[in-house]
Amino acid sequence: MIKEYIQFAFSTIVHQRKRRSFLTILGIFIGIAAVVALISVSQGLKDAVSSQFELIGADVITIMPGKFGAGGMTGFGARPLTDTDVEIVENIRGVGTVAPILVRTAKVTFSGEEKYTYVMGIPADKAEDVLLSMEGIKVIEGRLTTKSDKYGAIIGYSIADDFFEKDVHVGDKLEISGKEFKVRGRISKIGNRQDDSQIYIHMSTAREIFNTSEISVIILKVEQGADVERVAEKIKEELKDKHGEEDFSVMTSSQLASIVQNILGIIQLVIVGIAGISLLVGGVGIMNTMYTSVQERTRQIGIMKAVGATNSDILTIFLVESGLLGLVGGVIGCVIGIVLAFGVQFGAEILGYSMLKASVPLWLIAFALGFSFVLGMLSGTLPARHAARMNPVDALRYE
Amino acid sequence: MPNDTHASHDEVIIRLDNVKKTYMLGKIPVQALRGITMKVHRGEFIAIMGPSGSGKSTLMNILGALDVPTSGKVWFEGKDISKFSESELARFRGKKVGFVFQQFNLFPVMSALENVALPMIFQDVPEKQRLARAKQLLTTLGLGKRLHHKPSELSGGEQQRVAMARAFANNPDVILADEPTGNLDSKTGKQIMTFLKNLHMEEHKTIIVVTHDPIIAGYAETIVNIRDGQIVHDHILARKHLWPKNRRTGEQ
Ligand SMILES: Nc1ncnc2c1ncn2[C@@H]1O[C@H](COP(=O)(O)OP(=O)(O)O)[C@@H](O)[C@H]1O
Ligand SMILES: [Mg+2]
Repeated sequence: MIKEYIQFAFSTIVHQRKRRSFLTILGIFIGIAAVVALISVSQGLKDAVSSQFELIGADVITIMPGKFGAGGMTGFGARPLTDTDVEIVENIRGVGTVAPILVRTAKVTFSGEEKYTYVMGIPADKAEDVLLSMEGIKVIEGRLTTKSDKYGAIIGYSIADDFFEKDVHVGDKLEISGKEFKVRGRISKIGNRQDDSQIYIHMSTAREIFNTSEISVIILKVEQGADVERVAEKIKEELKDKHGEEDFSVMTSSQLASIVQNILGIIQLVIVGIAGISLLVGGVGIMNTMYTSVQERTRQIGIMKAVGATNSDILTIFLVESGLLGLVGGVIGCVIGIVLAFGVQFGAEILGYSMLKASVPLWLIAFALGFSFVLGMLSGTLPARHAARMNPVDALRYE
Repeated sequence: MPNDTHASHDEVIIRLDNVKKTYMLGKIPVQALRGITMKVHRGEFIAIMGPSGSGKSTLMNILGALDVPTSGKVWFEGKDISKFSESELARFRGKKVGFVFQQFNLFPVMSALENVALPMIFQDVPEKQRLARAKQLLTTLGLGKRLHHKPSELSGGEQQRVAMARAFANNPDVILADEPTGNLDSKTGKQIMTFLKNLHMEEHKTIIVVTHDPIIAGYAETIVNIRDGQIVHDHILARKHLWPKNRRTGEQ
């Protein structure tokens, strides 16, 4: 029976109401496309974020000025970290290597071409700890700077061939904030454009050229065997004692990751909300179309009843039809959503964020299709009931 | 007619007992049937005649289990169908009754074959059997070469023959035709009536035709005249008679 009803529904949707059917499912497929694209992209984004933090390693603690938490980032304008803070942290039990880092945007000139990028000052003896601690990152050209390389620089992967008009090679000269530096080495690809176009110099040199004694961020490694969370708590306590207030943030990489995940989650929620509204509109559209369809086919309903269709036969026929309308919307929505997701991935790649990979889980497609069918049926319930309850004699008299 | 003597040995297939039907036009009641008592015997060919608005279609719909009376009783094969629920009525008429309408009432998007197979869907007949039977019916009605045509690609006479094939689909006991020739020229109308007549003669189906046209009514054995929702006169057409007595009222 159901097979025949599906055939009925198809022939009506395809033959009788092509145009209107298409308009009806617009709402559905925009909603479904939005959900599918969003979840696929943000799934990829989450994966990318986690893998970035995995790269850093679980035993790394980051200290930043300002309070960074549920209220968002308030680091700008907050009291900067100082050398005293570094000393305090270094003396805490369980803390291994501590690397204070100065980050600034600076004008970088190479063979007459001027560009701005991030320059990181890293203590001369900590370059290895900071740069090569990330998994899979290594020096692919030249070498790391040594104490004697006061004006030596290490370049991020993309600076070499994707930043200036001309390629930058080890041994070339760069100007950073007016001072000449010699490129000593190049590190491998991290996976996002910002990180890959950074330049690393000595902390002391950076302080000199940027004329500051500030520290932008302190990165430290916890000693083997020590409890990362406990060490982080201890750091927090001691710095709070010193500062008199908590005007800094201490974060383990897993906390850092979860904050980013939370922000992503909020964005997801907002877009799902918007998609929900669109689906609701789609549902109302289907209901409206089904009412019109029932009205237009009043006479046909009369005929079907005259030849033996029961109320529940008629109900099923119209429910299947509206469910199918929803499903068609869902299929189109999934296709557009997937295309959109991979479009975003492609766009991100062009912008240098090659770590973003859209991932379309199978459950998402199954859910989207099931949902759109059910949504279609639900939207069609009232019109279908109206059709089922028609009096056959009146329906046959309908002009 | 109320003085039923039961002289007939023939089976009564439909019996109406003081059937009244009142429609509400807004707040105004319209009495379409004002107390009809009649019998239809199995294998009878009846024509219902009367002026427009006299209640012919209403009567036919009640005879065909498409509608229930406001008051009075309807027995169909001994069952009191005036008490049936909507679903019971639908299943019942799907099996027992075939309707032919003046406006053909075919599904425009379906082929002739699909239209004829439609009533069998609601009786859960498997697809193969449905199509085989529909094809056979259409062939019998001279439409073997029109199986896959849409109604819009057929002439009026052909469309009405498709509608007749559809009415026969579930091999019903009773065929009800409401002005089946009303939209056809007289030649095509005669053709349709000949098909009905043959069905009556060969398969002994009970046939009830509503018509204005005395020539069409002439195909029937019995004519029931109704006026203002009441039977005013019935008339036996002796020359068309297959059986020697008026089996409807049981009179000799
Ligand atoms: N569904 C209905 N609602 C209201 N009035 C109706 C309805 N069906 C029939 N009538 C009225 O009942 C009377 C009989 O109608 P009908 O049985 O169609 O007559 P006929 O078929 O003899 O022309 C008419 O006055 C008609 O207007
Ligand atoms: Mg009529």
